[in-house]
Amino acid sequence: MDLFTFLKPKNELEGSQEETAMPFVPDSLWVKCNSCNTMLLASDLKENQGVCSKCNYHFRMTARERIEMIADKNSFEEINGEMESRDFLKFPQYKEKLMNAKIKSKEKESVVTGICSIGGNKTVLCVMSPDFMMGSMGTVTGEKITRAFEYATENLLPVVVFTVSGGARMQEGILSLMQMAKTSGAVKKHSDAGLLYITVLTDPTTGGVTASFAMEGDIILSEPNALVAFAGPRVVEQTTHTKLPKGFQRAEFVLDKGFIDAVVERKDMKKTLSMLLSLHTNVKEEN
Amino acid sequence: MSAYDKVKAARDAKRLTAVDYINKMFGNSFFELHGDRRFGDDKAIVAGVAKLYDMPVTVIGIEKGRNTKERMTRNFGSANPEGYRKALRLMKQAEKFHRPVLCLVDTSGAYPGIGAEERGQGLAIAENIMEMMTLKTPILSILIGEGGSGGALALAVADEVWMLEDSIYSVISPEGCASILWKDSTKAPEASECLKLTSHNLFNLGVVERIIREPADSEDRKMFEGLKMLIARTFEKNMSIDAETLTENRYNRFRKLGNDF
Repeated sequence: MDLFTFLKPKNELEGSQEETAMPFVPDSLWVKCNSCNTMLLASDLKENQGVCSKCNYHFRMTARERIEMIADKNSFEEINGEMESRDFLKFPQYKEKLMNAKIKSKEKESVVTGICSIGGNKTVLCVMSPDFMMGSMGTVTGEKITRAFEYATENLLPVVVFTVSGGARMQEGILSLMQMAKTSGAVKKHSDAGLLYITVLTDPTTGGVTASFAMEGDIILSEPNALVAFAGPRVVEQTTHTKLPKGFQRAEFVLDKGFIDAVVERKDMKKTLSMLLSLHTNVKEEN
Repeated sequence: MSAYDKVKAARDAKRLTAVDYINKMFGNSFFELHGDRRFGDDKAIVAGVAKLYDMPVTVIGIEKGRNTKERMTRNFGSANPEGYRKALRLMKQAEKFHRPVLCLVDTSGAYPGIGAEERGQGLAIAENIMEMMTLKTPILSILIGEGGSGGALALAVADEVWMLEDSIYSVISPEGCASILWKDSTKAPEASECLKLTSHNLFNLGVVERIIREPADSEDRKMFEGLKMLIARTFEKNMSIDAETLTENRYNRFRKLGNDF
């Protein structure tokens, strides 16, 4: 977890986690846009892939919603879906947190990994989920991503990763930090094998995930207005006692600074990924 | 000593810093090399070439500074992206000339500043981690004080990681952890226990290979000479291993951390 998230008051942290409550709540008819406060009809919002039709605000999405949006119909096969975290350090409140995260997200961990096709291109796909402890990276998260890359390297497949994360998971101590090294090692092997890796940064991507596999893609895309940071804005503000520049650490700002390749709207994401993947198929076949 | 006593010892203003270790072990043979060739020279990172007995080595340290003035200059040992990029440049240079790399880690964390973020702090750390994993020359990292999260890991992807007995290594500061858990940063002592951040905790978790006894003072020649010999022996051993096996071993060292499900 990054410093920013750590230094946030608890209530605010919970607030931000609440905010991740997905817009597609089946029993609520209307959803208020987090950005422009417009009341949106839930069914319209769903139709519009979780994007506000008034202001183009991109709501956060669960891993499963994203997979449905990106993978060709019925093509996604999950791997290592049974793996789940344990409280091996007997860390205060972690057992309860894990249990709540599992209930809330119906996932066993903060990342879902598998194989699918995207526009007909066979691809290993990893999608992090904001509703599981804000996508924090524990040992299982790191292990699943590492295994996904190892699988891709062995089978000469490209990898697409959608990131969303508050950073490393402090409840797993130093071993969560070590996942940065483990995943980066697997990315490097995949890269050295001449294979394509595309990252898609979504709101928010921070801390240990930014400082490892999120920034290691051959091509780095981002959704509009996503927070992309190592240390979050609050920590930077507290440390420097300075007013932050407008749009600081937002995708468009990071693009302007030269650290990502393109900001891509959700409605264009699948066709962009399909195009980029098919552009690299000759690399795959040569191998 | 409690975990929090270790935290205090690791942060003690009188604690020896990277520059002290470099002076004690390498003396006049150390020649400092500056700059990342991209943006600037980050004084939080001290790096250069030196002789370890007869062996040329690259030495990279995070330096906190030994008095107020130095601490200001060194940004209290919190590196900016250009610091990590200087380190990587010199590691690549070490690879080219096939000399081993010694990293001395002592930082509360990478600097969370506006410029640091604008210049890609996350990317700088990520690149170091990724490139160190396959650097074709031996790397040894020693935590000599604080090992603060990603900013420390960016110089600690190595064949072996050692810790001074009273140093710490953690994913988050105990204060940060306490304020999240209990909304009370004064509960840092309790958080220190939970985080398992002492050298003995980390040795048991398999994250470090060796614990080094603390020097009694800066004149403890026996300790510095002993450490120097240990480093030399480790480099000699790893220099004899072919690059492919060396990097494969390094990968496996990290691959096995947190994979027992």
